[in-house]
Amino acid sequence: MKAHLTRRYRFSASHRLHNDAMSAEENTALYGKCNNPYGHGHNYILEVTVSGQVDPRTGMICNLVNLDRLVNQEIVKRYDDGNLNTMDEFQKLVPTTENLCVEIFNRLQSGFRSAKVEKVRIEETMMNSFEYAGGRELAH
Amino acid sequence: MIYLTRRVEFSASHYYHSPEFSDEENRRIFGKCNNPHGHGHNYILEVTVKGDIDSKSGFVMDLKQLKDIMNREVVEALDHRNLNKEVPEFAEQIPTSENIAIAIWNRLTPNLRLAQLHRVRLYETADLFVDFYGEA
Repeated sequence: MKAHLTRRYRFSASHRLHNDAMSAEENTALYGKCNNPYGHGHNYILEVTVSGQVDPRTGMICNLVNLDRLVNQEIVKRYDDGNLNTMDEFQKLVPTTENLCVEIFNRLQSGFRSAKVEKVRIEETMMNSFEYAGGRELAH
Repeated sequence: MIYLTRRVEFSASHYYHSPEFSDEENRRIFGKCNNPHGHGHNYILEVTVKGDIDSKSGFVMDLKQLKDIMNREVVEALDHRNLNKEVPEFAEQIPTSENIAIAIWNRLTPNLRLAQLHRVRLYETADLFVDFYGEA
């Protein structure tokens, strides 16, 4: 039987939304307060959903320890208390939470072998969140 | 395809009553919600839009634009209102959470250009919510 499992993680990071391809005025108009040159930060909440067959022996889709190890090493350690704009992946990409979702999904999908990475959901604040499932449409 | 969800809160009063039923039937079907003096909720609305990430801005749509549309089309019309008496959709329709979610969908969808409306989720209380996907 196939089941889905979701685990929540937290990391705090700063970012600044700015695209060098646009003028200073265009950046201010588009990104508003998020274009502040000194940056600002969020307490991001990351939800990772994996799916797979429930192993009749263990009763689990995958060992949660393996998922935690990968997410902590690849994502939490990488981004927590960091500045997203200084990371390699955001040198040519604006660190919006849309782009952060895609980056995290791709990193986890290529690194996790024990189950299928279905979806990444990030809460940027209590009031807004983003979801990415490898470009797939979300089931209801 | 990426999904963006924005939350907003509004408070409103309503009561459930259908002129198609007798008073007794209204009381039986709708229970406490049939109290003609009304009652209220702190509704939480979650609006999810979907689309591709714009390569220049990195956005699916500008969050501020979505916030402004939600405030203008929904919060200003419903917040601190009596839904039965002050919101035109409910002049002849019972303001259940189902009908409110559908009305919100209909208010939002003509105003969204860059991203497509995916889901309206309306929490009537923390323990009760309705999802509408625009399905017939």
